[in-house]
Amino acid sequence: MNSQHRLVFDGVGHAYRDVAREVRVLEDFSLSVADGEFVSIIGPSGCGKTTLLNIVAGFVAPDTGTVTLDGGPLGPPGPDRGMVFQEYGVFPWLTVRDNIAFGLRLRANRRSPAEIKATCDHYLQVMRLEEFADAYPRVLSGGMRQRLALARAYAVRPRFLLMDEPFGALDAQTRTAMQDALLELQAEDAKTVLFVTHSVEEALYLSTRVVAVSARPTRVRRTVDVPFPYPRTGALRRTPEFQALVAELSDLVMAEYAAQQRQLTSGTAR
Amino acid sequence: MTPDLAAMSDDPARPSAPRRRPALPAPLGRACAAVAPWLALLALWYAVRYSGLVKASLVPTPSDVLGTLWHLIAAKGLLFDAWESTMRVLAGLASGIVLAIPVGFVLGWYRGLGRFLDPLVNFFRALPPIALIPLVIVYFGIGEVAKVAILFYAAFFAGVIVMYEGIRQTSPLYVRVARTLGATDAEIFLRVIVPLALPHVLTALRVALGVTWATLVAAELVAAQRGLGAVIQNASNYFQISTIYAGIICIGAIALLMDVAVRAASARLVSWQERVAR
Repeated sequence: MNSQHRLVFDGVGHAYRDVAREVRVLEDFSLSVADGEFVSIIGPSGCGKTTLLNIVAGFVAPDTGTVTLDGGPLGPPGPDRGMVFQEYGVFPWLTVRDNIAFGLRLRANRRSPAEIKATCDHYLQVMRLEEFADAYPRVLSGGMRQRLALARAYAVRPRFLLMDEPFGALDAQTRTAMQDALLELQAEDAKTVLFVTHSVEEALYLSTRVVAVSARPTRVRRTVDVPFPYPRTGALRRTPEFQALVAELSDLVMAEYAAQQRQLTSGTAR
Repeated sequence: MTPDLAAMSDDPARPSAPRRRPALPAPLGRACAAVAPWLALLALWYAVRYSGLVKASLVPTPSDVLGTLWHLIAAKGLLFDAWESTMRVLAGLASGIVLAIPVGFVLGWYRGLGRFLDPLVNFFRALPPIALIPLVIVYFGIGEVAKVAILFYAAFFAGVIVMYEGIRQTSPLYVRVARTLGATDAEIFLRVIVPLALPHVLTALRVALGVTWATLVAAELVAAQRGLGAVIQNASNYFQISTIYAGIICIGAIALLMDVAVRAASARLVSWQERVAR
């Protein structure tokens, strides 16, 4: 693949400071993501995974190192890099349909009314929200809210989608259904995805590549190219090959989790 | 609140609980629920009056007060007093809230500024407006401006604190979502911040309305000739207890009507809000 069409992290370091101390969340982090890849980042909580997404989104500027897109700087937050949050972030004052249309009505992606209607209808149908098109989000369940958030993010046709533990707040069954819904969206309109999760199984089921990262400060510990072809279905989870990979990566993630816990306890002891 | 109950049963995510006993037909039941507390209050009033625990001359009966009310309306122009007072309240409320909305918003949005001014805002809000009357007389005299100034003060600080707290607790998540969808600063203000602020504006209005009516009598102590506060003040000088009651009931009734109006406006404007244990 042409190295110009890539998102490249090169030696990225970042720290958060407050009055008392400095927490280094990223150190010498390097990763290269090609167009069309679905890359999951797994690692202990409280490490720099969310910071990575915030850097790509343009909310945070790294202290050291560079992040480039197609060889140039990233620039401020924009509609080319969509973001999906664990807390859904659906706008409670807009109906389901108007939530999907929100991005399409902005000057940055201005679409014709006919196009807006067609796009909304399409995503209402794909995300099975037609019945609730004119309802306010307060009547939606957690899974439905996250489907709405996904629909809203896909509707503006971003190049990248940054997902920060998007299914972390959902129960196990809803979570599985959401993973299939996401694969469905990707099959129809593949985005380059950076996906942060705690779940090894989720990462392997969704991604083309899984990046396991270390405890704080976060570096890449191991990269796994996921060998299973799309379309993927629930049957994949039960194959021995899939489960062997889950077991292998889980051990690595657990080791980093333990390292992070040791860090936290020694931190409080000091 | 009955309108809320009606709204909740329409809510598909929350089917209404099975009823334990057959209820009255809805409109009749609602009317009864609205009237019952007033009947209970009247009953309590009569009970206190005839219990022998208080001097009869100190507590007029509800029917005495009703008679006085009629006399005041027919012969003394009580409606004009009510009008004068309502206009003063509206003038104080309007000027106070119009200033409180932007100020409260700015304090809530710019955290640093909010933290810096927070103690001052709380100091001035904690001051009872009535304590300022001597100063208001010195600076504004005893005319209409003085009375509206006190009501303005009451409305402004009540409104500012509600607005400030509301905006401060607004989740930054919505702004971030809007940015990643491509919104400019102007679009974020109009399409995200204004709708998020609207419920707080309405709450600020409601709180300020209550405080302003509460301050009215104090404001009309500043040598008012007319107004419900003046009616009560004059009656108190002549020990006309029935008239005092009538004046108090007028203030309560008008304040309640205005509150109902604001609540009805809220129900329409922010029907999207999640109803969390109200």
